[in-house]
Amino acid sequence: MTQNQNLFFQKFGITPSDLQRYLGEALSAGGDYADLYFEYLTSTSISVDESIVKSASQGISAGCGVRVLAGERTGYAYTDDLAPEKILRAARTAALIARGPAKSPVEGFKENRAHHLYPVASPSADADIAAKLELVMRADRAARAYDPRIVQVRSGYFDELRQILVIGSDGTFASDVQPLARFSVSCIAKTPETSAKGAAGGGGRVGIDFFLTEKTPEYFAQDAARQAIIQLDAREAPAGEMEVVLGPGWPGILLHEAIGHGLEADFNRKGTSAFSGMVGRRVASDKCTVVDNGTLPSRRGSINVDDEGSPTQNTVLIENGILKGYLSDKLSARLMGVPDTGNGRRESYEHIPMPRMTNTYMLAGDDSPEDIIRSVKRGVYAVNFGGGQVDITNGKFVFSASEAYMIENGQVTAPLKNCTLIGNGPDALTKVSMVGSDLQLDEGVGTCGKDGQSVPVGVGIPTLKLDSMTVGGTAR
Amino acid sequence: MATYTQTVSEVDADLRDLASSVVSRAMEAGATAAEAVVREGSEFSTAVRMGEVETLKESGSRAIGLRAFIGQRTASTYSSDFSEDGIQRLISGALDLARITSEDVYAGIPDADQLGSLPGDLKLYYDDVYSLPPEERIDYARRAERAALEADPRMKNSDGGTFDAAIGHKVLANSHGFVGEYRRSYCSVSAAPIAQDESGAMQRDYWFSLARTISKLESPESVGREAARRTLRRLGSRKIASTQVPIVLDPMVAGSLLDNIFDAVNGEAIYRQSSFLANKLGEKIAAGNITVVDDGTIPGGFGTEPFDGEGVPTRRTVVIENGVLKSYLLNTYTAKKLGLKTTGNASRGLAGTPGIGAGNFFLQKGDRTPQEIIGDIKQGLYIFQFLGFGVNMVTGDFSRGASGLWIENGELTFPVEEVTVAGNLKDMLNNISEIGNDLEFRGSLAAPTLRIDGMIIAGE
Repeated sequence: MTQNQNLFFQKFGITPSDLQRYLGEALSAGGDYADLYFEYLTSTSISVDESIVKSASQGISAGCGVRVLAGERTGYAYTDDLAPEKILRAARTAALIARGPAKSPVEGFKENRAHHLYPVASPSADADIAAKLELVMRADRAARAYDPRIVQVRSGYFDELRQILVIGSDGTFASDVQPLARFSVSCIAKTPETSAKGAAGGGGRVGIDFFLTEKTPEYFAQDAARQAIIQLDAREAPAGEMEVVLGPGWPGILLHEAIGHGLEADFNRKGTSAFSGMVGRRVASDKCTVVDNGTLPSRRGSINVDDEGSPTQNTVLIENGILKGYLSDKLSARLMGVPDTGNGRRESYEHIPMPRMTNTYMLAGDDSPEDIIRSVKRGVYAVNFGGGQVDITNGKFVFSASEAYMIENGQVTAPLKNCTLIGNGPDALTKVSMVGSDLQLDEGVGTCGKDGQSVPVGVGIPTLKLDSMTVGGTAR
Repeated sequence: MATYTQTVSEVDADLRDLASSVVSRAMEAGATAAEAVVREGSEFSTAVRMGEVETLKESGSRAIGLRAFIGQRTASTYSSDFSEDGIQRLISGALDLARITSEDVYAGIPDADQLGSLPGDLKLYYDDVYSLPPEERIDYARRAERAALEADPRMKNSDGGTFDAAIGHKVLANSHGFVGEYRRSYCSVSAAPIAQDESGAMQRDYWFSLARTISKLESPESVGREAARRTLRRLGSRKIASTQVPIVLDPMVAGSLLDNIFDAVNGEAIYRQSSFLANKLGEKIAAGNITVVDDGTIPGGFGTEPFDGEGVPTRRTVVIENGVLKSYLLNTYTAKKLGLKTTGNASRGLAGTPGIGAGNFFLQKGDRTPQEIIGDIKQGLYIFQFLGFGVNMVTGDFSRGASGLWIENGELTFPVEEVTVAGNLKDMLNNISEIGNDLEFRGSLAAPTLRIDGMIIAGE
């Protein structure tokens, strides 16, 4: 029995026979499937602003969500009280989605073989708070030391420990203890003439040691300060279609917006995605192979099991330019007759799971990053981005560059003001003409929103050249 | 279908007493000031797709948050565990954390004489949002979707129709003896149809109605028809060449510009120098026809509360008057930092220090109809959607994806997509040359149709 089965069984006194009873209640009006999602989440955050720790906070939330599937219908109810009568009532509420004779869950649970992707020695503990405080103070000092023009620094450390237990009427029994930590720094630089901002951050399913050894507060602070100082001299970005080179790592948000969302199975089951019915068709140049991989150790988007208890996988979405498949959860897999790729995720026990990305990235190619830049006569080299957004149905997507430069005659030249890049998902990747050998994943700050639910994700690309993309600047 | 049980506030085990007792226990445990918030709510959502029920969800939840001070140090905790053990941990956790934070001379809850609650019925709570039996809830969602799908043969698919409702109860107590509470309700109906043209290209759009009582909700049919109209006008969208022409923002898109104004007058951004409107109080920052108001007191408003997240009564604040920046929006902390008075705009989640929230935040309407504004323009772009988050509040740089309709000789013509609109908010505010008379609240923030000159459109 793992640590968090202990948590739910001992702290909340839940027994295997209780679980059978709850599932039985959930299927009391029939239905194809029912599951229970228990969650116990603790979180800590501490931040420094104007060189002092103005506040710190800690929180606990716990609850259970009960879901019943009947055909294409979903009934859902949750409770933040884990007393048996409350869970039974949630089960009875969810059960009303179905209207037929009662069904019985299968007898006995089988535990899925899970990964062990985040072996954190001591995940978040109260005793660590002084160490976390020291981390945010170090970032403040490092950013201010970077340049006297840095006038404001905010830095924050956030971590959580999510313990889940998923029980399904098909015998699913899965539990996981999911640590997540994130460090962030943002800076304002100011001169008498102008102001600019810079931001950096990272983390993953790691403990505090990660920030003491691998990616230190100074690493993030100096990067945020560097970006702010560079932006002081930024000039107007160009407007119109041109060659675009994306730097490695976080610019992989291109994949997330341009194709990732459009390949989530729920949209395709309903025929509402610009990618609906396109499996087997060319959607990218033959240099592009794109995967969604939930099994990378310690990554922000990784999970041992998804929020339906299915083990995560490495799923090929595009292979040498050809669309191979979708990201699915249990409901989509059953209704579409495709395998469950272990992408059923949810924000919390209050939410219904749906197909979501994990870590989405493009595999490395053969081109050297230097050659890629040298090949561009006039274009934009974008290395850092803010957020992005996509309209799933018409495929139009945007993502906003927060650090970008002009490329003129094969040379990287002036820094550019923030600008949005816009494209069309089903054909954006057909314009990829060069793929670098330098695949990088992002630093671990991505959060994806869909239907009001946020989940942590990762992205990555090698240096990429797109022969044409619309750059939304102001220079004519 | 059988009856759907109601999970409406069963906890009423006196949330006021709970909030007050947590405050006094925190004080006994060593806090010099404390503030507790208790929230309890219920929600249901009903989604129908292609005429069939897709999702029924119904639940209730509650949680408590505590902010504790030891002198000028502060920390906060929250929990959904209302057991004695959970409450004890909430209090000791906040005090333990507060001991390790820094002294901040500006920290503190509001002075006692600032606390209070607006009198009278603010018309925020109607229990009728929960009154419909399950079959009628489903019918509301189904009618909205059906009206959209039946509007035109090109309506081929759907992301569905919804009918949702929620009620919430909030109690705030602090160590000056303030205890306030209020309830709010809302319900909404929406439709998100998909249209397809001969080429197979699909377009989706959306429309909704939101109200505090079912009696004020627009009919599902009118919501569905409007969703269809918004969707159909996008069919055949194409890219245009890069150009510089006047743009006209429809009220929803103008509302997102108002969002940017809110972010720019947010006291936190002001004292951190992270807003392009920092240090501009009293200066002309927008065209002379622009007046922007925040009013948390409008009866029935979606941004109305009797008191803010710190127990300060909400009020009406003129933010921009005839183009001149008159006031920032502040809570107690940011007001102290700036040497000003709170405007009653504290927004309090369960965790952390209070931020800044808008009441009913709107741009005062003008006197021209949207048709007149469009009719003036020889060539321009009428925008009904912005995409992405390309706004830099420090510099005001603005670059967002856009979809809309091309204006030619004063008429709306073909639909446009996959272009960006770029400029700088400082210029955009000064270049608002026309303001429509079509101000309508569909949420806590509202703006009428706006014309802005001088922006760059990037396309082919």
